[in-house]
Amino acid sequence: MSQWERFVDTFLNRAVLAQYAPDILKGVWVTIELSLMIVVIGTFLGTVLALIRAYEIRILTGFIVVFADVFRALPPLVLILIIFFGLPNAGIFLSSFLVLFLVLMLILAAFSEEIIWAGITSVDRGQWEASRSTGLGFSQSLIWVVLPQAMRLAIPPLTNRAIAITKMTALGTVIGVPDILNQATTAQSFSGNASPLMLAAMAYVLLFLPLVIMSRWLEHKFAWRKA
Amino acid sequence: MRGTTCNLDYDLPTLELRGLHKSFGQLDVLRGIDLKVAQSELVFVVGPSGSGKSTMLRCCNRLEEPSAGEVLLEGVSIAGARVDLNTVRQRIGMVFQAFNLYPHLSARKNVTLALRKVQGLRKKNADEIALAALDRVGLSDKADSYPSELSGGQQQRVAIARALALEPQVMLFDEPTSALDPELVGDVLEVMRDMKSAGITMLVVSHEMNFARDAADRIIFMDQGKIVEQGPPKEIFEAPRNERTRVFLSRVMGS
Repeated sequence: MSQWERFVDTFLNRAVLAQYAPDILKGVWVTIELSLMIVVIGTFLGTVLALIRAYEIRILTGFIVVFADVFRALPPLVLILIIFFGLPNAGIFLSSFLVLFLVLMLILAAFSEEIIWAGITSVDRGQWEASRSTGLGFSQSLIWVVLPQAMRLAIPPLTNRAIAITKMTALGTVIGVPDILNQATTAQSFSGNASPLMLAAMAYVLLFLPLVIMSRWLEHKFAWRKA
Repeated sequence: MRGTTCNLDYDLPTLELRGLHKSFGQLDVLRGIDLKVAQSELVFVVGPSGSGKSTMLRCCNRLEEPSAGEVLLEGVSIAGARVDLNTVRQRIGMVFQAFNLYPHLSARKNVTLALRKVQGLRKKNADEIALAALDRVGLSDKADSYPSELSGGQQQRVAIARALALEPQVMLFDEPTSALDPELVGDVLEVMRDMKSAGITMLVVSHEMNFARDAADRIIFMDQGKIVEQGPPKEIFEAPRNERTRVFLSRVMGS
């Protein structure tokens, strides 16, 4: 067997690929499901926190800042391990799927809170003044005038962050979430062949490349239509 | 203190400032302003920068909170505990130097936002009022354009329509033409002239001296937080009594 043939046999073995493709496909659905939940609920929570912060109520702001800073500082794997292996000792049992979802969702919420808050503060003061001068209240101005403009500024960095964090669903493999990578490593140890990992890599690229391209498009689109 | 164009009633002024003071920290920006603006009167405020003109205007709808003194709209203080500030603000239109149109909304929606969210009008009703207001400033054909698609002069006219649509008792103008290219100033002034003919009460801070001369009922000259001199344009421009007024006018009028 030549070097090349051995390489192909290790990474692109047709028989192995065919055998384990269905398992990996199952993993793809798990990853998609998790990613969607994380992005939708995480950015929603982040938006709500940024809006609450706009009211400048000291206790709430303090709580939000601490939350955002801690969750942005901690490596996700540390949180995942602490919650998954720690909580059962305290009598709380959460499924690996739920733990992975909670941790990544909260991390995305922390980042999106900061990004949207930055957007809110960068909206011109004149926008507030115009809206208040026509009789809109603080909350109405925030929702109808300021937030839409803040979101416009926030969408490109938010998209990047959402991609970065949903990719981390691969960390779930450590605690046994049956996502793409977990299916692939299981298949790899059964077959003694790296082809399932290659298949997983391809699945990730197919899944995330469109998002990466979309984020570049969004960045371009929003860059030149600010005010 | 009579107007030049019609009889103005100062017994029940539309807008009145009484002993208005405003300080920012150590800095006293307004040092006792007393001013009555009669219904349908166009009062023009001039003065060097830093004289407190804009601050005075912004106190009139409490975008700045006065440090002392009172602002009365049709005889009622707008600072009372029982006063709903958002309701009062609907009755006081404001036009800004930087237009401050909402960039994410079309011209029509810029106008309808307050109608819908504050007055609770239905979409159809609000749209009709918005189109009428835009028509009044000559921009009914731009109703669906976004601010970024409009010239500065057009943007300012949409901003005027946004304020007009609420049918305010008084309109405040904070240097409405200062951010405009010279060739776009005329359209905005034309709209203001129409409003004057329609009997809308206006308090205008501006450097458009020619407009002041032929459209204003009264000129207020402010310096260092006080009203130094006031009177009909003819009097102020041709025979100012105060030395500071004279110096300021000779500087801005050129000759």
